[in-house]
Amino acid sequence: MIRIFANANYDIIGLRKIAYGVTAAIILPGMILLAFTGLNYSIEFTGGTLVQVAVKQHQTAGALRTALDRGGVRGAEIQSYGTGNEFVIRARLTSTAAVNQTEAQRTAAQVTGALTQAFGAESYTVQRVEAVGPKVGGELRQKALVAILLSFLATLVYLAFRFEFRFGVAAVIATAHDIVTTLAFIAYMRLEVSLVVVAAILTVVGYSLNDTIIIFDRVRENLHKYKRDDLEGILNRSINETLPRSVLTHGTTIATTLALLFLAGEVIRPFAWVLAFGIFTGTFSSIYIASPVLLAIEKRWPGHEARGVKAHVAPAGTPSSVPTA
Amino acid sequence: MFDSITSRLVTIGLLVALSIGALWPRTVTTRVPGPDGVMRDSTERRINLKQGLDLQGGIHLALELDQSGGAVPNPADAIDRALKVIRTRIDEFGVAEPLVQKLGTSRIVVELPGISDPARAKEIVQRSAFLEFMMTDKENLFRQAIPAMDRALAAAGVTERSIGRQVADSAARAPAVPAAPSSAVEDILGGNRPAADTAKAAPGRDTGQSRRDTAATRRDSAADTVGANANGLLQQLLFGGGMVGQYLVPEEKVTTVDAVIARPEVQHLMPRGIVLRWGSAPLSRGARAFRPIYALVERPIMTGEYLTNAVARIDQLTSGATVDFTLSRRGGRVFERETGRHIGDYMAIVLDQKVQSQPPVIRGQIASRGQIELGNANLQEAQDLALVLKAGSLPAPLQIVEERTVGATLGEDSIHKGFLAGIVGVALVIIIMIAYYRFSGVLAVLALGLYVLFTLGGLAALSATLTLPGVAGFVLSIGIAVDANVLIFERIREELAHGKSLRLAIDAGFRMAMNAIVDSNVSTILTAAFLFQFGTGPVKGFAVTLILGIIASMVTAIFVTRTLFMIYLERRPGAQTVSI
Repeated sequence: MIRIFANANYDIIGLRKIAYGVTAAIILPGMILLAFTGLNYSIEFTGGTLVQVAVKQHQTAGALRTALDRGGVRGAEIQSYGTGNEFVIRARLTSTAAVNQTEAQRTAAQVTGALTQAFGAESYTVQRVEAVGPKVGGELRQKALVAILLSFLATLVYLAFRFEFRFGVAAVIATAHDIVTTLAFIAYMRLEVSLVVVAAILTVVGYSLNDTIIIFDRVRENLHKYKRDDLEGILNRSINETLPRSVLTHGTTIATTLALLFLAGEVIRPFAWVLAFGIFTGTFSSIYIASPVLLAIEKRWPGHEARGVKAHVAPAGTPSSVPTA
Repeated sequence: MFDSITSRLVTIGLLVALSIGALWPRTVTTRVPGPDGVMRDSTERRINLKQGLDLQGGIHLALELDQSGGAVPNPADAIDRALKVIRTRIDEFGVAEPLVQKLGTSRIVVELPGISDPARAKEIVQRSAFLEFMMTDKENLFRQAIPAMDRALAAAGVTERSIGRQVADSAARAPAVPAAPSSAVEDILGGNRPAADTAKAAPGRDTGQSRRDTAATRRDSAADTVGANANGLLQQLLFGGGMVGQYLVPEEKVTTVDAVIARPEVQHLMPRGIVLRWGSAPLSRGARAFRPIYALVERPIMTGEYLTNAVARIDQLTSGATVDFTLSRRGGRVFERETGRHIGDYMAIVLDQKVQSQPPVIRGQIASRGQIELGNANLQEAQDLALVLKAGSLPAPLQIVEERTVGATLGEDSIHKGFLAGIVGVALVIIIMIAYYRFSGVLAVLALGLYVLFTLGGLAALSATLTLPGVAGFVLSIGIAVDANVLIFERIREELAHGKSLRLAIDAGFRMAMNAIVDSNVSTILTAAFLFQFGTGPVKGFAVTLILGIIASMVTAIFVTRTLFMIYLERRPGAQTVSI
């Protein structure tokens, strides 16, 4: 029988200062980078045009650029893809220019027109076109933001209902940490923030919350079991007890995520990158952010009992894991 | 209720049967155009898992009313009517499983899977197809107004140069006619372009319109310009055409003329009841290409509203594409009366504000049948025109505010890669689980197999659409799905380590893990629900897969694995250990 971390007893909470240092080392440079470069939003959000073409004969990005410049599409971003025979051409709508809703449409036609003129209609195939007007892009940005905020709020309410308000606050702070570190990661990797990447971020949020709740569930249980221990000891104990589970579940999740990252193709790769990183940061934050925050809240505003976390009463109708001590 | 193994097995068997039933291939009927362009019903048997546009290729369009040319009076009503018209057109066009629906109050979403020619599909959806029959300005009202217009333009300081600059500035704002100057013309004129004129070039984009011309053109064609003296701006730009009401504009001047006639000075002096409309195709006069523009009587004698049928064909004599149309009985009466009144005059057939071919002379009364000559168009273009004419015109122009097109090859590639990633991901999860939990791991893998079946069955039952992010979400969920089993198994291990008997340990393991499983999964479902709410097609597919996957994983981990353990204990009543 393989056992990992069975009966582990590491002083995990004691190492939290180091953990803060690590996370700050990821976040701070990332935020500075973001402040200078901004997020690389996809054209779904900015409005603009994306044309993905596969060329029959090998072409350089430079040749494409020349063709596009001649065709009147200036300043487009050209990215070589796959084996070098595929290119993604992105032309964003500039906010300064007087743009109307059909500008993106026209640009798409201009791009293919320019390519046809330079290389001939038979020399390439259009694989993907996205043309998004500024209005749609703006709406989408707003919707994405609202979705993230609402999911925060809903989680907070659910956790307050199932646990206690301070657990919810700690979990949401941990989740906010995950979003910030993921944004820093996106900045380092220069990943394009598309709708699918926002979906990945929200999935990371769900995954991280899931992880935090597993630990908090154990904390809740241990608070009842070991009434004499202080919260720090209980947090340590709970994290250690759930460690084998954490390692195993992360193992299987990382396995599938890596399969996606390396095998599922370019289109889904940014999504897979965010997930792969998010699984690490989610696990990290469950242990090193959620639990210490709970401890900090407890120290600052002691709760009903001496240890601060009042007895949990399971809502009627739900199975309770709390053993009658 | 689920205390006995039999009742549990029956429940599982039922769920399996339901999933397989949902996934069983069924006969689907679709209307697709045959090789001769005639619509046929075609049936095929396939699994009821719809593939999203990103997997099977196709086009997604979001359209809104185009109010740039003036506010549409009743937008809500216009959208509803446009929706109906587009639906009819798409049905005629013949796409397997199209989607045409209203989004919110002001947007129409059209999804056409498996389309190989997106430009054509866009044309069919977006074309106004507003057909009018108008008489040319036979009293020459417009021609008589030209000198006054030119005086007003001169007084306002409008010159061709200033217009050229205006055109260059607003080039992004779409001229009514997207006429690109022909390079041949440019070269010829460039050869004898006076040096002084080059200096006039307006900054910015292609300023050919303002730079080319003047001396050379004026010299060539002074004889046939409109005015007696060629001093006025319009008089320089418009050449007399072959019939009353027709004027010719050198192809490279089209944008300039467009800008000039849009000026308030011109609009103000436009004779009452007269409108200007461009021709749809250029005409060549010698070495030069001209675009005809027509002065027409604004009130049409007939519109496409009365059209009951339209058929495309290739004319045997001219070998040009033609659309034959039939008017309703009432329309036919009106048309007969109106054409009878205008014998000997020229009638322009105006489609979406463009005059089709050369306006013919009315030689006799025309009743309920007529034809539109399309000149150089091919049969398919003619068929598309017949289709949109039959389906009716859009109540107001629509603009595409969002377009996503995915080629079929890219979609196919995504399916293959997603499938590969799924297989490898599942294999890795199976290896990890069996290596770590041995016999119990095998039970978990069995449960995982059912998980895959239930999730796919659920997707089919909901007629959900499988998208690329959805596939990725499914693969990811396989990794997460074992979490519930891991939680349970770890609990059982702990309880066993505390010295509990096997039976009690298994009981406690399932009971104690329950809370964590439910709480953690509900929070993930909440997040996924918000994703579903805000996401577009592919992301919605992802959210649905995630939610279904979580529910299926809870069912399989809690219920199926438990049953498997119960069977194990039943078979070995005295067992004190289990390989976990």
